[in-house]
Amino acid sequence: MFDRLVLHETSGTKPALKSSTKIACGLASFALSGGLIAALLLSERAGPGLAALTASRMDESGVENPVTAVLLNFRSYDTLLEIAVLLIVAVAMLSMQPSATNRSMVEVNHRHSGDPVLAGLLRWLVALATVLSGYLLWTGAYAPGGAFQAGSVIAGACVALKLSGRYHFFWHPLKARLLLTIGLAVFVLVGGFCATGDKRVLEYPLEYAGMLILIIELAATVSIAAILLLLFTGLQDDKPDATQAGRPST
Amino acid sequence: MLELAIDLLLAAGAITLAVLSLAAKKVFTAIVLYVSLGLLVTLIWARLGAWDIAIAEAAIGAGLTGALLLAAWRRLDDNRTAEEGVADGKLKLDGEDSEHV
Repeated sequence: MFDRLVLHETSGTKPALKSSTKIACGLASFALSGGLIAALLLSERAGPGLAALTASRMDESGVENPVTAVLLNFRSYDTLLEIAVLLIVAVAMLSMQPSATNRSMVEVNHRHSGDPVLAGLLRWLVALATVLSGYLLWTGAYAPGGAFQAGSVIAGACVALKLSGRYHFFWHPLKARLLLTIGLAVFVLVGGFCATGDKRVLEYPLEYAGMLILIIELAATVSIAAILLLLFTGLQDDKPDATQAGRPST
Repeated sequence: MLELAIDLLLAAGAITLAVLSLAAKKVFTAIVLYVSLGLLVTLIWARLGAWDIAIAEAAIGAGLTGALLLAAWRRLDDNRTAEEGVADGKLKLDGEDSEHV
């Protein structure tokens, strides 16, 4: 499959590798993986890890699920940067979008006569996905779940909407940009406000920790869903009149 | 004993799907196999008791990554001469099915 990818980028002028090069590459990767396996077998097991420490400090986190406690409280800096990375990806993708600012964020093509079965299914599926996403977000406080899972479920539902051909998403209106950035904005604002007084950045006050985490996760869910959907709509251009303007020359 | 058998089956299946996905001649086949691999890896995470990662893997790894790869595959396809217009529409529906799994 990879030779086909290369074929399209270099239009078939790239010569095949010599067999001696192939053998050298094979030996090198074999030696590397052998070395990694040997290192894994020979090294001593790491200590008990941080599970016990996390468990002993759970009552300071504001939530009951240890994964959420680590992601949103003990190591929330990590998650903050993750959402920032996602936003950078969104900005890069945004530059490839059609720059029609006069369009609204979601446009419905009423003339599109799609599959009625698919339309009927989507009417249920999107509602179900929205409820499921809210459940995943809420349940993240005390059981597996959280912003990333909830956001990707919403994004999946919107991808299904986009694939039905009736709905088109445009990301240059102010509303859309707000959706893309609200996750990082709320996270930074909450983290910054925590720094007033004698606390450090992102050190939530104990009595509000649970609520602050829920607010951050809610905003992050919206942004993650929007950014993942932007990634998909940026790749999928089925209507030449809608997306030709922003399409990069390939 | 039964649990060991299930674990061995999952591990063997994951490795088989990974090899098949890498060795597939067609990009579309490779993508479908990769999505199947994601679903199998979801089961493996569930067997390991990592439910958070299992949910994330199912939603992002298998679902959205599959959709993104299929969209990228269509872009690759558009770059070729538009010879498979009918087959393209059919395969797009197939892609939707794998998204809903």
